Amino acid sequence: MNKKVAVIGGGITGMATASALVDLGIEVVLFEKEMQTGGHVRNWDRLFPSRRPAEEVTGFLEKGLATGVDLRVGAKVTSVERKNGGFMIRPEKGQGVEAASVVLCMGFDLFDARKKEEYGYGIYDNVITSAELEAIFRSGRKITMHDGRIPARIALIHCVGSRDEKVGNLYCSKVCCVTGVKQAIEIREMLPLCEVYCFYMDLRMFDRNFEELYLEAQQKWGVNFIRGRLSECAENQDHSLALKTEDTLTGKPLKIKVDLMVLLAGFIPRPESAHLSRMLGLQTGSSGFVLSDDQHLLDNDTFVPGVFLAGAVKGPSGITEAVADGRATALRVVQYLNTASDE
Amino acid sequence: MSKEFGYRVMKDDSIDFDRNDRRIAAYLHAYEPSINLCIGCGSCTATCSAGLFTSFNIRMIHTLVRRGETKRLKSEISKCMFCGKCQLVCPRGVNLRNVILTLNRAIEHLG
Repeated sequence: MNKKVAVIGGGITGMATASALVDLGIEVVLFEKEMQTGGHVRNWDRLFPSRRPAEEVTGFLEKGLATGVDLRVGAKVTSVERKNGGFMIRPEKGQGVEAASVVLCMGFDLFDARKKEEYGYGIYDNVITSAELEAIFRSGRKITMHDGRIPARIALIHCVGSRDEKVGNLYCSKVCCVTGVKQAIEIREMLPLCEVYCFYMDLRMFDRNFEELYLEAQQKWGVNFIRGRLSECAENQDHSLALKTEDTLTGKPLKIKVDLMVLLAGFIPRPESAHLSRMLGLQTGSSGFVLSDDQHLLDNDTFVPGVFLAGAVKGPSGITEAVADGRATALRVVQYLNTASDE
Repeated sequence: MSKEFGYRVMKDDSIDFDRNDRRIAAYLHAYEPSINLCIGCGSCTATCSAGLFTSFNIRMIHTLVRRGETKRLKSEISKCMFCGKCQLVCPRGVNLRNVILTLNRAIEHLG
């Protein structure tokens, strides 16, 4: 029987899944819609919580791919159909591939911050997203306001597009909290005279060394934290921003002027995940992410035999989790192929 | 000259961070930097001896100070009995007794 496996999505999850499968002696085709693998992580400068270069992670995973993964870049998969007891995977351009099993690793999109109109992204000059700030770090440029001036005060806004019924996303995006803390530190590192204020509802420092990073931000870098969700933002005549929030720890409304505002945009499901899910008969949950068979016990499996899931296609995820999840999925795939060939 | 127009302009009760005088906050940050480690858990206030019998809320007081809200500061911190229990329970090791002492000194110096 054909034991080829198709992995769809060449972000870190797909890379980890594909190379783990090759290690286990399986023939793998990896489809990536962009011209390069690495997904979102490719756009990162340094990673939380250790602030190691993101390139170390993508570089390591690229080496894994070089061990024999049949990599197809620029190959956006538009259809997956059942064929001969397996699957036919067709990219937009190029040849279709037949495989015994399919792993969906299509990841996530970032929330479009323009939808949170009261924050003024795309309207005011000095509102950027966390992804744009990370791109500035990555480029080595200095952080400036739109007109080139050095900001004297920057606000980081947590939970943009997350935990917010008004944008249709009830879920927590999990890693924005620590991303904000990391970026707050890096702003202070680059601009020691610039004040940094994080506006948060909770700080969910759940993983190893996250809480320590939060403490470091307060202790070593003097980052300020104000508990309260930003309600609205207006632009002043000098293009600085007037922020309004409740300072919930004093129980009073608070207004503050900042020069630059960074929105910590959350995760949203990708349209192509929903599209392929429908073709395969999978389900998406209330959040729009793809549902696994059992969140506790079979989180890599789906209701459809031969179809597996890994990483942020199921919901917000950090790198540690995504890589481990990809490897766990590889094992489930091998178990499936062994059982299938016994029959 | 003064005429009753039947209405008046009220100052709102929000925290105006940029107009507020934050010199006491700056003094506190300089002389007791551990104040920045607060995570707002309220352990200090829950255990506070003075807080059991009065409206004293040490967590709220120092948070207000850091926003530049110092209107009733002097009378509020006079309620502290220096028992130090707040400091014993603080999960972030904030030196709260010295916060009170520093605030007293700040009021003396800065009025």
